[in-house]
Amino acid sequence: MTPARAPSAPRREAAPAPETAVTTYREALREAHREALQRDPRVFLMGEDVGRYGGSFAVSLGLVEEFGEERIRDTPLSESAFTGAGIGAAIRGMRPIVEIMTVNFSLLALDQILNNAATLLHMSGGQLAVPLVIRMTTGGGRQLAAQHSHSLEGWYAHIPGLRVLAPATLEDARGMLWPALQDPDPVLIFEHGSLYGLKGSLPDPLPEVDIATAAVRRPGSDVTLVAYGGGLGKTLEAAELLAADGIEAEVIDLRVLRPLDDATLLGSLARTHRAVVVDEAWRSGSLAGEISARLAEKGFWDLDAPVERVCGAEVPLPYAAHLEQAALPQPETIAAAARRAVRGDGTGEDQGDGSGDG
Amino acid sequence: MSDNAVASASTSASEHDALAELTAPVPEVGDGGPEMVQLLTPEGQRVESTEYDHYVQDLTDDDLRGFYRDLVLIRRVDAEATALQRQGELGIWASLLGQEAAQVGSGRALRPQDYAFPTYREHGVAWCRGVNPLNLLGLFRGVNHGGWDPNEKNFHLYTIVIGAQTLHATGYAMGIQRDGDVGTGDKDRDAAVIAYFGDGASAQGDVNEAFVYAAVNNAPVVFFCQNNQWAISEPNERQTRIPLYQRARGFGFPGVRVDGNDVLAVYAVTQQALNAARSGNGPTFIEAYTYRMGAHTTSDDPTKYRVSAEVEVWKHRDPIERLKSYLVHQKKADQDFFDALDKEADELAATVREGCLSMPDPTGESMFDHVYVEPHPLVEQERREFVDYHAGFATEGEH
Repeated sequence: MTPARAPSAPRREAAPAPETAVTTYREALREAHREALQRDPRVFLMGEDVGRYGGSFAVSLGLVEEFGEERIRDTPLSESAFTGAGIGAAIRGMRPIVEIMTVNFSLLALDQILNNAATLLHMSGGQLAVPLVIRMTTGGGRQLAAQHSHSLEGWYAHIPGLRVLAPATLEDARGMLWPALQDPDPVLIFEHGSLYGLKGSLPDPLPEVDIATAAVRRPGSDVTLVAYGGGLGKTLEAAELLAADGIEAEVIDLRVLRPLDDATLLGSLARTHRAVVVDEAWRSGSLAGEISARLAEKGFWDLDAPVERVCGAEVPLPYAAHLEQAALPQPETIAAAARRAVRGDGTGEDQGDGSGDG
Repeated sequence: MSDNAVASASTSASEHDALAELTAPVPEVGDGGPEMVQLLTPEGQRVESTEYDHYVQDLTDDDLRGFYRDLVLIRRVDAEATALQRQGELGIWASLLGQEAAQVGSGRALRPQDYAFPTYREHGVAWCRGVNPLNLLGLFRGVNHGGWDPNEKNFHLYTIVIGAQTLHATGYAMGIQRDGDVGTGDKDRDAAVIAYFGDGASAQGDVNEAFVYAAVNNAPVVFFCQNNQWAISEPNERQTRIPLYQRARGFGFPGVRVDGNDVLAVYAVTQQALNAARSGNGPTFIEAYTYRMGAHTTSDDPTKYRVSAEVEVWKHRDPIERLKSYLVHQKKADQDFFDALDKEADELAATVREGCLSMPDPTGESMFDHVYVEPHPLVEQERREFVDYHAGFATEGEH
């Protein structure tokens, strides 16, 4: 497995500090690429439409003009090919960043990711490390229908040999790429499609960002809400709704989906004794299931109520806007699950928010 | 990345020539080259072809005016759909502008028993198969995933996953083969499959595997590639170093490049390929050399990555104008015909617009439909919870 990094203390929302200009998640990612390309000549980016088009989600806009076509490489429409080539280039000593347009396209490269990138180190007796970074968009909520809205990061978090990141804040969008490139093993970065336009400002100077720990994004004493990626914002909104009811929720941002930071999760549970896991993916066999199991296995005696899960409806994600929103976790459904956990009135009588145990 | 390794290898003179050809740069805006089949020049002049003339010689003036009508009407529907998207009535639209002849020429070459597997841009083929344009709009409006019955029209649902349909088409063709509907000589029975895809998809693993699979199984399938020069922002040279039709040889079946803006040539070449498939001679690769005049979809802005001069060149190769010139010069259509057709096009557009605006939204509960064929306990549980949750709001509202 990957070498352990010194975990830093759970971080809070950046306190009002000296700030740079307002930026977006997308620009923060772009700046992270620019930094990596400047700092390390071995770094290059490849994927579909990353050049003059600037990337499907405009992350690499302007980079080909700045760094040239050798380092910002438009690829043929061959996900398996450019992911496999990324593995080869990484073995050769390069530090490739492969952009796969969306997580569902990554299924065409699944064999390269699972059977090759994740296993080569082990199967070569430690001789072939694969320092490859693969970025992709994930998640629903943008009316892209049932084939472009998956949240499959949980599948990748299942795979030994990979590190899986889910930046949910500007700070992580800006800061996770460089440490990911320093990791000698393959790192997958999942960018939720709803986040690219997220606005905010970054502290100056930029803080060190680790790729090993979860973070407490809001402290609270009554219930722990666990979220990541695109779910974080909705969960923080839910915490506001709960606060209006006098319930103080603690919000954990997983940040790293593999390996999971059990210590932060269990530490929070020990304070609140109740937990709700928010995961846009389908409930059955989900990351939310894994987290719930860990909380039950290792935090059983801390629990005062069953762990609740708020997940996507177990259907191919609907296309029509109102149905899609109804199928995804929302602040209201997260808050309802938290109230059940806190008041203990939801175990026998489901409140009908779609979070009943499947 | 390095051509030097190839060039420095010890080779004979003829191999050198072959290598020189292989490593020659692909022209940026080609005209299709001398091997491209063309029966109508961009100016509407008829070009004779010993190989292909007999596929079009029986076409009546009515047939030719019918082709023209198809081209005009589907372009009008396309323009209306683009306008509807700009007005917020469609989530997205993938315009076929410029590719009408490739689609109508091939679509009209199909017989009722043939089966077509489209991408998401084959509005012209859908039209030829009798699919109501409103059904296409439902998909792009986000109220359904394609509202037609694929088996009624022998026209598969639009495939969004790039290239995936080429494998489905190959398997379907093998089903036809197994049913014995190939090579009987009965023209109402022998059937073939046509699989549409684009130049970008030609780089997909699935597509290349479909070629291999169709070839070794001698499947009755026609691979119809509309090379519209652009895969979103990526030009041809990001997908291939040789003309696409030449790849077919390596897979073991014929490849032909046809002027995709020439409806007659496309009709002829597609008939030849379908006939070969139906009679048991296996797959053919057709590269319809055309141009995406508009954006990839309404979400795209092509001015970011291609020059307007290139678009101008292709305007002079317009598929509709060349057929119109031919019809006019050959006195096969008069002004009354064109006027009546313009009126018909506007009426069709108005019908499409009205139908689009009045499409009902799907009910909330419908998201739980068709997840499984049989009732499923988990889905039914979530459906109940969903209905109860919303019923709760209604009750609160009444108090």
